[in-house]
Amino acid sequence: MTDWPILSVLIWLPIAVGAVLLALGERAVAAGRWIALLGSLATFALSLPLWTGFDLTTATMQFVEHREWINAFNASYHLGVDGFAMPLVVLTTFITPFVVLAGWTAIENKQTQYYAAFLILEGLMVGVFAALDALLFYVFWEAMLIPMFIIIGIWGGPRRVYATIKFFLYTFLGSVFMLVALIYMYLKSGSFEIAAFQGMTLTLDEQILIFIAFLLAFAVKVPMWPVHTWLPDAHVEAPTGGSVILAAIMLKMGGYGFLRFSLPIAPDASRELDWLMISLSLIAVVYIGFVALVQQDMKKLIAYSSIAHMGFVTLGSFLMWDIVRATGSTQGAAMGLDGAMVQMISHGLISGAMFLGVGVMYDRVHSREISAYGGVVNKMPIFAAFFVLFSMANSGLPATSGFVGEFLVILAAFRADFWYAFLAAMTLILGAAYTLWLVKRVIFGNVTNDHVAHVEDVNSREFIMMAILAVAVLALGLWPAPLLEVMKPSVEHLVQHVMTSKLPLPL
Amino acid sequence: MENTLLVIVLAPLIAAILAGIFGRWIGRVGAHTVTILGVAIACGLSILTLKQLVTGEVQNYYGNVYTWLVSDGVQMNVGFMVDRLTAMMMVVVTFVSLCVHVYTIGYMAEDPGYQRFFSYISLFTFSMLMLVMSNNFMQLFFGWEAVGVVSYLLIGFWYTRPTAIFANLKAFLVNRVGDFGFVLGIAAVLYYTGSLDYKEVFATAHHAFAAKSLEIVPGYAWDAITVTCLLLFVGAMGKSAQMPLHVWLPDSMEGPTPISALIHAATMVTAGIFMVARMSPLFEMSETALNTVLIIGSCTAFFMGLLGLVNNDIKRVVAYSTLSQLGYMTVALGVSAYAGAVFHLMTHAFFKALLFLAAGSVIMGMHHEQDMRKMGNLKKYMPVTYLTCLIGSLALIGFPGTSGFFSKDALIEAVHESHLPAAGFAYFCVLTGVFITAFYSFRLVFMTFHGKERFDTSEAGHAHGARAVAAKHDDHSHGHDDRSHDHAHDHAHDSHGHHGGVPHESPWVVTLPLVLLAIPSVFIGWFTIGPMLFGDYFGSAIYVEEAHNVLGELAHEFHGSAAFVEHGVTQVPFFLAMSGVFFAWLFYVKMTDVPGKIANICSPLYKLFENKYFFDDAYFAVFAKGSRNLGQALWKVGDSVFIDGLLVNGSARAVGWFAGVIRGIQTGRLYSYAFTMIIGLAAMLYFFVLKH
Repeated sequence: MTDWPILSVLIWLPIAVGAVLLALGERAVAAGRWIALLGSLATFALSLPLWTGFDLTTATMQFVEHREWINAFNASYHLGVDGFAMPLVVLTTFITPFVVLAGWTAIENKQTQYYAAFLILEGLMVGVFAALDALLFYVFWEAMLIPMFIIIGIWGGPRRVYATIKFFLYTFLGSVFMLVALIYMYLKSGSFEIAAFQGMTLTLDEQILIFIAFLLAFAVKVPMWPVHTWLPDAHVEAPTGGSVILAAIMLKMGGYGFLRFSLPIAPDASRELDWLMISLSLIAVVYIGFVALVQQDMKKLIAYSSIAHMGFVTLGSFLMWDIVRATGSTQGAAMGLDGAMVQMISHGLISGAMFLGVGVMYDRVHSREISAYGGVVNKMPIFAAFFVLFSMANSGLPATSGFVGEFLVILAAFRADFWYAFLAAMTLILGAAYTLWLVKRVIFGNVTNDHVAHVEDVNSREFIMMAILAVAVLALGLWPAPLLEVMKPSVEHLVQHVMTSKLPLPL
Repeated sequence: MENTLLVIVLAPLIAAILAGIFGRWIGRVGAHTVTILGVAIACGLSILTLKQLVTGEVQNYYGNVYTWLVSDGVQMNVGFMVDRLTAMMMVVVTFVSLCVHVYTIGYMAEDPGYQRFFSYISLFTFSMLMLVMSNNFMQLFFGWEAVGVVSYLLIGFWYTRPTAIFANLKAFLVNRVGDFGFVLGIAAVLYYTGSLDYKEVFATAHHAFAAKSLEIVPGYAWDAITVTCLLLFVGAMGKSAQMPLHVWLPDSMEGPTPISALIHAATMVTAGIFMVARMSPLFEMSETALNTVLIIGSCTAFFMGLLGLVNNDIKRVVAYSTLSQLGYMTVALGVSAYAGAVFHLMTHAFFKALLFLAAGSVIMGMHHEQDMRKMGNLKKYMPVTYLTCLIGSLALIGFPGTSGFFSKDALIEAVHESHLPAAGFAYFCVLTGVFITAFYSFRLVFMTFHGKERFDTSEAGHAHGARAVAAKHDDHSHGHDDRSHDHAHDHAHDSHGHHGGVPHESPWVVTLPLVLLAIPSVFIGWFTIGPMLFGDYFGSAIYVEEAHNVLGELAHEFHGSAAFVEHGVTQVPFFLAMSGVFFAWLFYVKMTDVPGKIANICSPLYKLFENKYFFDDAYFAVFAKGSRNLGQALWKVGDSVFIDGLLVNGSARAVGWFAGVIRGIQTGRLYSYAFTMIIGLAAMLYFFVLKH
């Protein structure tokens, strides 16, 4: 364990760099992107001690920082990470440099502000994962919307206004209910400590209301069917970097929210409403899989594929009660949670890579329509090799990270109910169908038009981005053990905690 | 031993990486040198391993290389289990792969994707080895999917051809349907036995599955073991192209011929057979599963063989024959003659790889013509190809003494011995299948190598006819243009296109593998039938219940290979095979107008065969079109109309409407506020004063 405030540095360093960029403004157009790149790389480098110094034996919070903040509300500046948060923080710092690189030449308008927005966003996202105080969490959670709103609204596509309003209202509406739940629990417990919320006794009615309030906030973020329709619009209009952050990190906040708030704070309500969560998850996998199949826009297709993949996260998180009901033991509950977490990290890498890939093509052809492409492999063989690899990962090929989470969740789902596993396993067919059909139409075939006929293969900047992500996807697929080791105590602790009822004891 | 095994799998992998990533720098010669070296090392060490296992120098190996992950107390490993079953598979895979590597030097000469091709086939060898050497279900599934991906990449190797990229997507998706069942089967195994390691699963299976049932549909309890085995078998049906998941294999012929030999005949498609044999301790526990396996195998053996009768594309005839032979192997699995299935797998790997490579040699010799109607009398021009192809065909029809004779005759006898309810049907199928096999095999031989020379020897006009025939099978073929062919076949014209249409024998790199494969095609059965089928070669690798032990029954009557041959020539299958050859000769050499007449007389049946029982059309209409329509409906109606239209924008409109109402009240005119106040005052007065 280190003695410097590592989490604070990870939050405020990128925000500070972002502020510097904003201050420099137009004066630093040339240097701006280098400052942003170095800032994000430094943040990533500084986040590595989180991994190397992580204690694998405990589920308690690590790298804890505790300072007074708003005494009037008994809210404090309380940071820390466990096996759930730490991998997500590292994922955030890992992905951000790619975003900076993705905008390297594509963004011509207000460059410095663009990078500033992403760096500030990075700090806020780390804050969301690291906050142990609910009010602090909420502040980061809402603050994060602002840079994203700006990123889509300023550097987005032609329908960006519709997309931003939709994105903002959807997510904001959800979070307001969460705020109500947080305030209610604050009034009951007298503090904003998440740990206090988790430990507090609540009646079933209270729990159900709290659960629904959280559900509204997190379901929108994940997103779960039927509150998912903002995502395709937001992705389509967002610049490449925005899409990458949205898919790779921001969606994970919903999944993380369920693990940090819904499950431990309202375990009895989770037990009562698990049928709802499981149904919505399976709808996401199957229904959205079919919808993804017919998309004409590459970004929409990948957006829908994200929703389907995130279905595994929510499915894995809420399987445990049905496992207990079916088998009378919690064996398999932790496997579902493991699968959910691995799926989050893996989806961060793969969806990021997929959107980067689309960005690489968009920068050359300036279209996202599948029909505008065809035969890209003839002109961009190296790019095509990467894109096929990431597509295979997206369809859950073993030896890539995409397989691990889905496999674990399917194995766990079988313990709960044959049909859960059956429907979840449909992703093997559907995921391959929509992803590889995309590959067929975009990458393979003859060169169909002049735009594609004149494209050039990836340059060294793009090559490095894709190569690093490819290595990460393969490494996690070939040897996921270290990631599971990090999560193990937290997962086991969560299962144990959630299996204990929080209902008030009858007098 | 672990180090040896690691070298065996890693040598082809490293070679594949070198040829694939550094192909540009190491060049063509570098690429084929390094990959051939890698596979040769794997092959040599595999043979050594097999020899050591047979002589008893080393014991069966079982060990883990590393822990893939631990989740919820379940440890999943990457590791090897090498017994004699595995060792035999390793030798078959690496030997055929080595032959194909050498052959490729000739076949793909001048192809722009030369290094890429070598990289793929080496990667395939690695994946296949991981599959057969695995000691657990997770790694089995890894190998299973990895060979599928390489198959995908290779079928679509000529990625500008619309038919090729249609076929590879189709192959991958149909295989994924199989994998869908397979992964559920793996989940069931973990659920009941608590482990994914073979050793643990097989040791505990009897106890773990005993009296367990699963209510998939409420009210109907199924034996857990039956469900598990059937789910696993769905995986085998995908990979080994059993009906009704067979549709991808004929289309996979779009790939270059060397991979048809390696992947779609000798190795990958037999993975399903190998898997079921490996899982024999599980399948032995469920007669329902065995009966299902038997019926599926019989149907595939019989109905797919029939399709070989009417096809004119030389590769597709061999492909249908592969389907039919895979059906034979599945039949053997169904009657618990696992050793018979694996034995036929081995002999088939040699003679079918040989037939494919010979077909490829013919295609090269004919300047990329695949239509047998445009061949004839090639024996004059391609003697080595002719002889080796003849040997392969004799082995395929089970001519006494050849390897195919031993494996097929034993298989048919085994079906005859079986007491399963479906065995009668299966016996009929495999017996009539012998005639069908002989007929289409020698139809191919006679049409290609005998009779009149029907090819066009002028400079122009080759290649496209065959494409059109092949393309007819493809729903997307109408859009294809000649440009794509020219691109894809550049190598053909460059490499040996400097002469007219006169066929020519292939170079030695092509004929050498043919000869190398012809040797085991003839002899291997003679030497191995004793120990493999009736001895204890497989030992503990294959488990058979006493009540199902058909091979054990046959063993009493087995008195050596010579006696087996002697007995064979007096039996029905031999006469069926000979009459098949005779009729093929009659129809395609002697009275060549007869087939056309028969086709006219039986035109509905002919149509049925020509359209492959309409499987492709039905699947395309139901699954491809159906899922797209469903997707459109869910998207346009579910997402756009219902969620966005009604809920999201509807709420926005509702807010807008409500705001409009409120806005209507706030008029900003003093008298209306005053009026409202008076009304309000009056109302309050009424409530608070007058009411009391």
